Amino acid sequence: MTKELICICCPQGCRLTVSDESGELTVTGYTCKRGIEYGKTEATAPTRVITTTVAVTGSSWCRLPVKTAGGVPKSKIFDCMDAINQVTVQAPVHTGDVVLSNILETGVDVVAARTIE
Amino acid sequence: MFQYDLAIIGGGPAGLAAAVSAWNEGVRSIVIIERDDVTGGILNQCIHNGFGLHYFKEELTGPEYAGRFEQMVAETSIDVKKQTMVLNITPEKMIYAVNPTDGYFAISAKAIVLSMGCRERTRGAISIPGDRPSGVFTAGTAQRYVNIEGYMVGKRVVILGSGDIGLIMARRMTLEGAKVLAVVEIMPYSNGLNRNLVQCLDDYDIPLYLSHTVTDIRGKRRVEQVVVSKVDENRAPIPGTEMTFDCDTLLLSVGLIPENELTKSAGIPIDRRSNGAIVFDDMQTELEGVFACGNVLHVHDLVDFVTAESMKAGKSAAQYILYPYQHTDQPVELQNGPGVTYTVPQKLDLTAGEAKTDLFFRVNHVIHGGTITVQAEDGTVLFSRKKAHMLPAEMEKITLDKSWFVGHHTATVSIQEGANEK
Repeated sequence: MTKELICICCPQGCRLTVSDESGELTVTGYTCKRGIEYGKTEATAPTRVITTTVAVTGSSWCRLPVKTAGGVPKSKIFDCMDAINQVTVQAPVHTGDVVLSNILETGVDVVAARTIE
Repeated sequence: MFQYDLAIIGGGPAGLAAAVSAWNEGVRSIVIIERDDVTGGILNQCIHNGFGLHYFKEELTGPEYAGRFEQMVAETSIDVKKQTMVLNITPEKMIYAVNPTDGYFAISAKAIVLSMGCRERTRGAISIPGDRPSGVFTAGTAQRYVNIEGYMVGKRVVILGSGDIGLIMARRMTLEGAKVLAVVEIMPYSNGLNRNLVQCLDDYDIPLYLSHTVTDIRGKRRVEQVVVSKVDENRAPIPGTEMTFDCDTLLLSVGLIPENELTKSAGIPIDRRSNGAIVFDDMQTELEGVFACGNVLHVHDLVDFVTAESMKAGKSAAQYILYPYQHTDQPVELQNGPGVTYTVPQKLDLTAGEAKTDLFFRVNHVIHGGTITVQAEDGTVLFSRKKAHMLPAEMEKITLDKSWFVGHHTATVSIQEGANEK
């Protein structure tokens, strides 16, 4: 198996080639070490960071931006969105506060991405 | 009347960085004037991640990136006037503004930083024919509705323009349950980053139609159909290629315009190609003591570059306030040669400021293999570097040593194509 990928770790967008022909996964075409990890993960079990919003009460803001603190399996993105959309947060809330822990047993927390006093 | 050493017009990423930078250089009388209820500017609605990789060496969302700078400002005694609209700036550096607590008032400043940002081009700017129903939004307006106000703007969506804002909104609308039927791009290539083509379109199987544009909008009260046609090499629609999409929403991501009304009111000369003020390498405009940075100067791809440029503007403004200086009346003028749309800065002052300067520019078409050259008026090559790929959508940056320009009056930045075949 040989896969051509575009690394999404930064705006550079390196063109990666991932191959398992030597018996183990090898990545070429990267310009930083994050490309190696991305290439291996993307070829086997791709993940994405989800950024979205949840409802917030007790403030002049009505939506709180949130993100998953790490990548979640790509196949679970819409299930994660459904779970995140059930959440309502009461202000005050601070950047980094966990608003939903271990979403869908992925081991990844959903955290606040802004402070709302 | 209020008096400040430094007045900063606009509290987005550019204004915040300029303020922090000037404070760090020792200026203690600073005001940031912001028309919104909050500072942070467009970053407040850019809830996606990817910000800060250059400046903070980590991947942040827009609100997190803005929050870092808001925190830095909060640790100083910089004044922040929110909900304040600047109406006029004079060549004497008087600022006239209005807000709910002070009413109509004036600010006198020793130096001014212009950091008003940019606004979106609209349907009117590109003259899309058809009906005038509701459901046609600029992508940024839709982004504000969805991410800040909490309103979904539509269920079946066509997006015109494949710049990063269009791509980001394609993913955002999809995550919130809408069906994005197509992203349509008039050029034969996308104007977005490759990473966004992958993670915003490919991930969700959203089709991208290159060399296509919207040629009709149909609908009585709400958008009902959008017609998309293929275009020829002159970007003219080809009859017979029409595709009709049943949809209720059209998002437009068709370009950004620096918001320079105040710049013009102060009589500051504008570069017609960058659509921002003409600046020296210290970010000073041709009006002494007035500096410009961020998207009001030229539209950037990455906020990290806005931050770096604005830090420089803030530092220069501080220098001007603390150790007043004047620019030479014989700067080196930078000119745009073949392949180059504009440069920022446009003028180099060899007698003041730092020894080296970053030069930002954009190419005017896709270039596969070229050489960036800076050539003096007598033909002397001052700088030359090969580069494999250059796209109009990606801002290029080179660093110039000002000593190279001694004895010269003008220099031309250009691209020689095909000079380095692989």
